[in-house]
Amino acid sequence: MEQNRNDNNFEQCIKCTVCTVYCPLAAVNPNFAGPKQAGPDGERYRLKNPLYYDESLDYCLNCKRCEVACPSNVKIGDIIQRARMKYSKKRPSLRDWMLANTDIMGRLNTTFAPLVNRILKLQATKGVMEALLAIDHRRSFPAYSNHKFTTWFKMRTWQRSYKHYVTYFHGCYVNYNYPQLGKDLVRVLNAIGYGVHLLEDEECCGVALIANGLTRQARKQGMVNLLSIRKVVAKGEQVVTTSSTCTFTMRDEYPSVLGLDNADVRDSIVMATKFIYELMDSDQVRIAFREDFHKRVAYHTPCHMEKLGWAVYSTSLLRMIPGLELLMLESQCCGIAGTYGFKKENYVYSQKIGEDLFKQIKSMPVEVVATDCETCKWQIEMNSGIPVVNPISILAEAIDFEKTKKLNKVK
Amino acid sequence: MQKGKHYDVIIIGGGVTGAGTARDCAMRGLKTLLVERYDVSAGATGRNHGLLHSGARYAVTDQESAAECIRENLILSRVARHCVEDTDGLFITLPEDDLAFQSTFIGSCQAAGIKAEAIDPKEAILLEPSVNPTLTGAVRVPDKSVDPFRLTTANILDARLHGAEILTYCEVVDFIKDGSRVVGVNLVNNNRAKFTAYSEIVINAGGIWGQHVAEMAGTRISMFPAKGALLIFGHRVNNLVLNRCRKPADADILVPGDTICIIGTTSSRVPFDEVDNMRVTPEEVDLLLREGQKLAPSLAQTRILRAYAGVRPLVASDSDPTGRSISRGIVLLDHETRDDIPGFITITGGKLTSYRLMAERATDLACEKLGKEKACRTADVCLPGSEPEEPQPKTIFNLPQLSQLGQRAAKGRHGTMSEKISVKTEYDGSLVCECEEVSVGEVNYAIDELHVHNMVNLRRRTRVGMGTCQGELCACRAAGLLAKANGCAIQAEKDLASFLQERWTGMYPIAWNETISEVQFISWIYEGMCGLDNIAD
Repeated sequence: MEQNRNDNNFEQCIKCTVCTVYCPLAAVNPNFAGPKQAGPDGERYRLKNPLYYDESLDYCLNCKRCEVACPSNVKIGDIIQRARMKYSKKRPSLRDWMLANTDIMGRLNTTFAPLVNRILKLQATKGVMEALLAIDHRRSFPAYSNHKFTTWFKMRTWQRSYKHYVTYFHGCYVNYNYPQLGKDLVRVLNAIGYGVHLLEDEECCGVALIANGLTRQARKQGMVNLLSIRKVVAKGEQVVTTSSTCTFTMRDEYPSVLGLDNADVRDSIVMATKFIYELMDSDQVRIAFREDFHKRVAYHTPCHMEKLGWAVYSTSLLRMIPGLELLMLESQCCGIAGTYGFKKENYVYSQKIGEDLFKQIKSMPVEVVATDCETCKWQIEMNSGIPVVNPISILAEAIDFEKTKKLNKVK
Repeated sequence: MQKGKHYDVIIIGGGVTGAGTARDCAMRGLKTLLVERYDVSAGATGRNHGLLHSGARYAVTDQESAAECIRENLILSRVARHCVEDTDGLFITLPEDDLAFQSTFIGSCQAAGIKAEAIDPKEAILLEPSVNPTLTGAVRVPDKSVDPFRLTTANILDARLHGAEILTYCEVVDFIKDGSRVVGVNLVNNNRAKFTAYSEIVINAGGIWGQHVAEMAGTRISMFPAKGALLIFGHRVNNLVLNRCRKPADADILVPGDTICIIGTTSSRVPFDEVDNMRVTPEEVDLLLREGQKLAPSLAQTRILRAYAGVRPLVASDSDPTGRSISRGIVLLDHETRDDIPGFITITGGKLTSYRLMAERATDLACEKLGKEKACRTADVCLPGSEPEEPQPKTIFNLPQLSQLGQRAAKGRHGTMSEKISVKTEYDGSLVCECEEVSVGEVNYAIDELHVHNMVNLRRRTRVGMGTCQGELCACRAAGLLAKANGCAIQAEKDLASFLQERWTGMYPIAWNETISEVQFISWIYEGMCGLDNIAD
């Protein structure tokens, strides 16, 4: 029958409940009834009367594993996020504001990095932060860098000209906490014949703002980013990233949660691992690896990488390294979910969610864990004691730069 | 056969009218018995729009009904607070309608005492974003939505609290007469046990089936079964009742009710032998969708849950047995004066909105005959669940066993009676029906207090199985609880099979898109995994 085609995404749910089975939170927090109830089931009640909004939706990690699991393509995570934005009466606290504004905090803290890092490590500081801000004292903060990635990028004394260019969206973590990852990427891209540009204006992607209810600010920053991205895409450049969460946010959360239309540029925003893998797979570039590189690596699939469906690019790229033995960790949430795990009220759940993953890592004879998300890195390092690195950094370590440049005819 | 008990009044029929009459009789101190062939609200009561008319729909054609409606509308908003939702309604004029009708309409409404105010079409769109944006006029009226199941249940509960006895699944097989006077009824229950009950007065509140009851009593009422088909949509598209501002026609009312909305109705005469087995035809589905989309275009993209049909108990006036001037008004027949059958009264016609007034009139007549002088109080005394409440502190929802959503949903269904639902243990708080948020505690409360013998009863009391999944997840859980309560698993299995069959009957006429996927999934679970199709019958 041609008539009456359903347009309401939540009504495509046939109540199979597989989303709730895959929800990392529902398994450990009995107060959260799971994505099915919070999403499609609850939506009918909220449409009846906003009073039916259930505050337990605030527990949602926004990992989107429910959406990956859904056989009916219901945007369960989006339904929950939008409901929170529309109905939640909770206003962001000072703590939420500080956690969400990763760029403002980053800018402040890089200036006094050595001091800030030392202060953040003090038990006394942790106690004060818990008491004043409800940031859990058991959490370790990522160290801030004493210089910004962008400062290093602009200070490079001379730039060769390249046949091809890409634009790098570095994100807050690379800029304020770990510029080395950005440097690694630039080096790798340059070696395969790609010059690197930065966006004219780059703001934080806004993922933490969305999670902390600062929607208006997130939308504003998103608009700035899209404007800059449009300019480079118009020049024919792709935008590459090294963070799965930033990528996922700009590609998927912008339109579905923030209502920002990105259809014209969405396909041009890609993870660097996918970008490089595809160049190699189509024989457009070649990479020579060091013969003395040997490493046993376990790959952890971040939730948003799972949602993008792109973990396969990172792992395939790693598998190309001859001296690398890759072990796959079961794809499951590590529990941190960005700023989520830092909050006192979420700490216990955050740790419980990751428990199995930490156990699996500890049982494996690996030297490092590779993953595409910085917050997964903090969580796994804190709980397993094993260093976690981005696949791009592993690549940079394994590449024979001189040979690679020659192969790609880079002078 | 045991010796029958004696009552002042026996009421036949457990629809809203019968339930309301039982309550009124009991409140006036009459010794009352209500007998119902099947379940309460099994007939037309449970098969309509759930619209609490403001009277606007009848204003132009029937001032008396209109004035009656608005009076009852205001009374029920007070005494049946938890069954009524104060939505307001719009009567919209579309380009194909005559805008001149609007002033006639408003004039008639005001004459009947109905607040009717013309509003700018733009304002109408702001008030109700789902409304057809091409509208040329809109009138706002105090239409409301009412849950007929809840309303009937509350009346039954209160009748019982006032001493009435309620027997469901208990059918009148014939009347006992002393000369021409009706003195009692012979009954048979669902265990095929026969028994007798005597009374001074028997009130026939059988709706369309009242014709048969009257025949048993030895008289004739000319009823005209008018079928009305309706469609239920998966969620609320509108929050205001939407009507067309024109002479009443097919499929021109869209009512938001609980978590869903309902478009209806069609109207067609059906032969009497079909009233027990109403089917919705493809033509009716097409008509409802076509006309419904004119009220709210988004219905074209909204999932349909079910189709169903009810039978209006229309009565031809005694002076015109041909049925040409069929009234929608209340019909109270005193068979003593009409047919020389003392002790027998029929209350019929009317509508859901006026059920209380029908009950009042029937009870007034019964009291008169019994020489009882006691005034009706049903317009003043709140139904159980609707009692006024102290403003609640914010911490009311701090029971960890049940989600906030679940607690609010239960409160929405049972009003203040929801306090009787056990939430002591985690098990009590776990959900039976996930779409409608019905907990184990609520199901057990319904089984214990609300005349629940089977799953259909349970659905009418709690909404178990009424949601999007149509029983897929909840049916087996509910069957398990019923098996435990009744101590019989075999019965529960059969009940489960027939419940799912009943759900399918309503889904069949609209089985496309998600509905057919859902049905397929239900069949995998219950036939494929549970082997329910292997159960006898």
